[in-house]
Amino acid sequence: MTFGEWIAEPVNWAFLIIGVGMLFSAIRVVTSPNVVHAALYLVAALGGVAGLFVLLSAEFVALSIVLVYIGAVIVLFLFGIMITRAPTGLDTALDNPRKVPAALLSLVVFGLLSYASVTAFESSTVSRVGEPTETATLAEAFVGRFVVPFEIVGFILLAALVGGVTIARRDLTPLEEEMRRSV
Amino acid sequence: MIANQFLILAAALFATGVYGLLVRRNAVMVLLSIELMLAAVNINLVVFEAMWRTSEAIGQVFALFVITVAAAEVGIGLAIILMIFRNRQSANVDELDLMRW
Repeated sequence: MTFGEWIAEPVNWAFLIIGVGMLFSAIRVVTSPNVVHAALYLVAALGGVAGLFVLLSAEFVALSIVLVYIGAVIVLFLFGIMITRAPTGLDTALDNPRKVPAALLSLVVFGLLSYASVTAFESSTVSRVGEPTETATLAEAFVGRFVVPFEIVGFILLAALVGGVTIARRDLTPLEEEMRRSV
Repeated sequence: MIANQFLILAAALFATGVYGLLVRRNAVMVLLSIELMLAAVNINLVVFEAMWRTSEAIGQVFALFVITVAAAEVGIGLAIILMIFRNRQSANVDELDLMRW
């Protein structure tokens, strides 16, 4: 397939627009000097991921990304940023000075991963484009074949909830404990 | 749509996450980079599902599992960062050298 044939498909236009936007926002996430901007660029990057999932006819996963990540995780991140950094403006000491080795290593990772996928899946295509995955299929998989992992994941969420509360709670000072006991 | 266009995009997203993980000093920013890498993994899972179309949509099921575990990881990670910040007045990973040999 030549590039001309590839670009003639309208769905690849959508892919190109989403992909460029997503990659730009991802790069801004790791390079932005402002921590709040970095967290907000992550919203754009994950929105791009959700768009790709819609292209790949995984609508339910796309909506879960929007609900879980953009709805909840980003809010958590913003809270974390605002609690752990009083000045949320520009910060020049946000990155450590070893940028060149890090960039080299990430380029090597990219090269290896893309080499592996190019050699393994030369021109295999995504099948049945535009045919949605029924949510009922996912639901049956979750309570059928994957019911044990499903329950374990539920337990992990509960453990994370309890653990998060336990870790983040401030321990009382001896004086405060004394006061609480005397009340 | 060929599968490789998605796989290479996911590889680029993963590499971006690796860069951020190595370069950022603030622990919250490190967690953001980890989220990018997890999103790249999710793209791969969904692409493989779209390539082979299993009858139970296994790729998407696993993507949903990854999303769930990532949400739990963010909650615990931020709680730990919060406690470290409270104890040491800093959330920079290179200043946490208490257990460094």
